[in-house]
Amino acid sequence: MENGHGRREEGARVYPTDKVKSPVHLSIGQEGIAVGVCEALRPDDIVFGTYRGHAVYLAKGGDLNQMVAELYGKDTGNARGKGGSMHLVDVPHGVMGTSAVVGTTIPHAVGYAYALRLQKRDQIVVSFFGDGATEEGVWAESMNFAALKKLPVLFICENNFYAVHSHVSARQATDDICARARAFGVPAERIDDDVVALYETVARVTAEMRRTGEGPYMIEVRAYRWKEHVGPNEDYQYGYRSNEEWAPWKQNDQVARLAALLDGAVRGRIEAEVEASIAAAFAYAEESPFPDGAELYTDVFVEA
Amino acid sequence: MSRIISYGEAIREATEQEMARDPNVIVMGIGVDDFKAVFGTTGGLLERFGPERVFDTPLSEDAMTGVAIGAGLAGLRPIHVHIRMDFVLLAMNQLVNLAAKTRYMFGGQMSVPIVVRSVIGRSWGQGAQHSQGLHSLFTHIPGLKVFAPSTPYDVKGALIESIRDNNPVMFVEHRMLHYITGDVPEESYTVPFGKARILAEGDDVTIVGISYMAVEAMRARTHLSEAGISAEVIDPVSLSPLDIDTIVESVRRTGRLLVVDSAWTNCGMTAEIVAQVAERLSGAREVRYARMGYAPVPCPTTKNLEDLFYPNSQTIAQTAFTLCRENEPIFAVAHREAAEVSAFKGPF
Repeated sequence: MENGHGRREEGARVYPTDKVKSPVHLSIGQEGIAVGVCEALRPDDIVFGTYRGHAVYLAKGGDLNQMVAELYGKDTGNARGKGGSMHLVDVPHGVMGTSAVVGTTIPHAVGYAYALRLQKRDQIVVSFFGDGATEEGVWAESMNFAALKKLPVLFICENNFYAVHSHVSARQATDDICARARAFGVPAERIDDDVVALYETVARVTAEMRRTGEGPYMIEVRAYRWKEHVGPNEDYQYGYRSNEEWAPWKQNDQVARLAALLDGAVRGRIEAEVEASIAAAFAYAEESPFPDGAELYTDVFVEA
Repeated sequence: MSRIISYGEAIREATEQEMARDPNVIVMGIGVDDFKAVFGTTGGLLERFGPERVFDTPLSEDAMTGVAIGAGLAGLRPIHVHIRMDFVLLAMNQLVNLAAKTRYMFGGQMSVPIVVRSVIGRSWGQGAQHSQGLHSLFTHIPGLKVFAPSTPYDVKGALIESIRDNNPVMFVEHRMLHYITGDVPEESYTVPFGKARILAEGDDVTIVGISYMAVEAMRARTHLSEAGISAEVIDPVSLSPLDIDTIVESVRRTGRLLVVDSAWTNCGMTAEIVAQVAERLSGAREVRYARMGYAPVPCPTTKNLEDLFYPNSQTIAQTAFTLCRENEPIFAVAHREAAEVSAFKGPF
């Protein structure tokens, strides 16, 4: 498990974004959420994510080569360049899509869970979304329906405090997202950036869901978006937030925490593997061809 | 074996047959399992298939559309029913941003096999928010298919085709069509996307009637025959993809095209059909064109204004007549309200 944590977190963290040819919303600072959740899932469990979805994609086992190729807009990417960073997908690994419109995959997770129950399959569905999504009507509607039907959905609210540049206190009257979930009949708890506690909680909650076939459950995980909303840079100089605000979260870096748990030799080996896999992924993307022009018109519909 | 049933019953029968054939077909929507059963179109389904496959929903059109999409991604074939198309506006984000784009933006890895049924048009003083025909909003969007059949035969086959299709389908039913009766085979069959139906042949003018306006166009054809004008009436059936070839070939013969929609004309299906025909016949055939649809105002509730708001067989006949004989005095047709409109006594 630790190897998995290290590789995937580093994969998301070391990712050199300046080579990417489409907008990226980096997960840096929030990788512990994706890792803590996905490590506790089965390979056949299902996740739905957001446009800030690199970490979830990698943590669930999404293919790194295909992801980098997709960011490059290459034919070997997940969606042959038609999706890009905001629309990562890896169906064989249960990554069922990410969306650029806030909150919109939440009901998909709920509907998927409805189908699983009807089909008598025992997978769990996880819906990742941010604090901003809880302001969308679709969040409230989805919580209500999931609770009404007792569906096995685990809602993960990644509260990084910012919607683009707007602090949560400028958008929400109370800072208790869990209380709002409970009002719909969805049990909820909060974990402040702690990958191990999150892993243990998800393992416990999903085991119970599998035992009873019922949910839902929500975990609000507080973490911090280290980088700007979109792009690879830091943006503390613009005044809407400060280095001082960031400092405690940086101090609590979950990647460094996990790395410190490892024996030095093991850690060195993992880091070497991660560096090699990233280098290989970029080489793969660089060498891959762009999609043929005819691709413009394919995949609009399923052909009969 | 064929027998005469209503359009509404044909919808119900198509749904029941598909649910019996495929356990992945589910029906969801506000009121689908209540005693009124969406004008009877979902009647008996709950009793036969149970509450997991036929279920009422919260008043959450946005999320429930997303639920249908998610269930579709997992292999179900949801039919999401809206008793009025006006309510579908609450689901536009999921339909346009998600359902229509999922296959493309995920490189063909996924598909969204959902059918969204919704009811348009008049019945009885339904006013501005229970009458709109907004199908053109959906024909604008790549990734959505749109059906709007007008006959009991076509509605059964088209709904079965839609349920079996692996793409999101907007299925448009005019409220007045639910009462129209016709020959419908008992057995299951499909009516294809992208194939218009020539309801009646003629030589002088081509009238394309969309949804309920196909019925009124057929009545207009009778009026016109009394004046010695032979109208060809075409029901596009499938609005997207659109079978423009059938319409073009008709207009190539008649040289006159009147398109009548159960909707506003501005930027709508009438504009699209006229534009496509003009592009195809430009330089090849002189054509006279006219379009009709809802008056360019919100739908009024009071009866006398409502009657002016909608095209009907008389106004269609008059417009077609003028298209054929522009220098003759206006064609007088005695106003007689359509039987299904007169018969409707509400309340919904």
